[in-house]
Amino acid sequence: MSQLPKLINEPLPDAEAQCRQLAELIRPQLHHNPALVGIFSGGAWIAERLKELLDLPEEVGMIDVSFYRDDFAEKGLHPQCRPTLIPFDVEGRHLILVDDVLYTGRTTRAAINELFDYGRPASVGMAVLADRGERELPIAATYCVWEVALTDGQNLVLGRKDDGQLAWRLEHA
Amino acid sequence: MHNPQLNKDGELIHLMSIEGLPQRILTQILDTAQSFMEVSAREVKKVPLLRGKSVFNLFFENSTRTRTTFEIAAKRLSADVINLDINKSSTAKGETLLDTIDNLCAMHANLFVVRHASSGAPYLIAEHLQRIGRDDVHVVNAGDGRHAHPTQGLLDMYTIRHYKKDFSQLRVAIVGDILHSRVARSDIHALTTLGVPEVRAIGPETLLPKYMDKLGVQVFHNMEEGLQDCDVVIMLRLQNERMTGALLPSAGEYFRHYGLTPQKLARAKPDAIVMHPGPMNRGVEIHSAVADGPQAVILPQVTFGIAVRMAVMSIVAGN
Repeated sequence: MSQLPKLINEPLPDAEAQCRQLAELIRPQLHHNPALVGIFSGGAWIAERLKELLDLPEEVGMIDVSFYRDDFAEKGLHPQCRPTLIPFDVEGRHLILVDDVLYTGRTTRAAINELFDYGRPASVGMAVLADRGERELPIAATYCVWEVALTDGQNLVLGRKDDGQLAWRLEHA
Repeated sequence: MHNPQLNKDGELIHLMSIEGLPQRILTQILDTAQSFMEVSAREVKKVPLLRGKSVFNLFFENSTRTRTTFEIAAKRLSADVINLDINKSSTAKGETLLDTIDNLCAMHANLFVVRHASSGAPYLIAEHLQRIGRDDVHVVNAGDGRHAHPTQGLLDMYTIRHYKKDFSQLRVAIVGDILHSRVARSDIHALTTLGVPEVRAIGPETLLPKYMDKLGVQVFHNMEEGLQDCDVVIMLRLQNERMTGALLPSAGEYFRHYGLTPQKLARAKPDAIVMHPGPMNRGVEIHSAVADGPQAVILPQVTFGIAVRMAVMSIVAGN
């Protein structure tokens, strides 16, 4: 954790500008014809944005990992789960999972497991706007714009405003 | 009054009846079922939610469709499923219901799916589990006597929402032997809770309970009048044994008055859907031209039933 820059306080970076940076990190890989899969809800918004910025012809996938979470025994089923929608054939494709914040890695683990129930992808990458460290699994982002450390009780949340613009906010437990 | 189906946080721990459940829980079940519908379309039709859990199907009454769909649902949740053939089991040798439950708990059961001819049997089991401190074991009612068949009620609501989108403008008719029907009771409670403004009960006087108006249901003895401008028609199975019990003159006579023919269906809205919980008696409560016609959604009901039962089992097992 110590190598990560400490987040002192707001103002937070512009999430829309970060989406543009993330798109440029992915652009050199477009010759692989990757398919994007956004993790609900923040990751799905970012995946939609990346599709526009990279001018991808294909619909992005949306994944809700509620049925694959490892804390079902403690927390039960999330009261609001949405259908996972993968509108392309996963078999043999290069996939890029998209999420807003990479933290423990448990959501990523669940998403990878779920994707494999659709077929065997050629590869799975991971694109995130923010990496807040403190991983509990051997998982890393392939594309990341912002490395940030938070203090206990702080939570970084991506929201979507009425005009569709994405913006960060900091929540305190 | 405390609802034994809910824990102190208001979460569903058993499903025994739709009566008394808040709208948010019914909606949560329908929304979750929608997510499970997508799972059934995948290459691998399984999710790991109930991996390592044991689901016991306890059917003290015969059933094929309900038992099979519960079994498929539990298997798609990765649970181990044990079907007990009660007629050949210890119950036939005189063991009491609660002794059977204690023994199955000793085999590490996590969830009981119960069908019983006696109304209230699932409540008895849930109360017993609470008394012996087994709040990790859950009960789902798969039909008890004339009382309730909540998963059928929920899959009917899922079907209606799938085709009609919104409950708040609908006119729904339930036709047939409502007096003996646990499906009708569960449907009426669910429709009312979800905000359907007009629920109609259609049938002969001998097969309609006296208290229908207390449930907010309009009663019709003339089927043509009752079906007028309906959006949804739910047909009930006429149980053959009713004929011998002097409640009805004959199957032919019943079909003339209350069998759903294309002519009678024409009184409902042109886009009305026709539902039936099965098994159907063709030529008794429904004409084949309707059962196989474009307005029938009877087979989709069966498919939706799997997703709804996956939702119910995964929600109760997680709370």
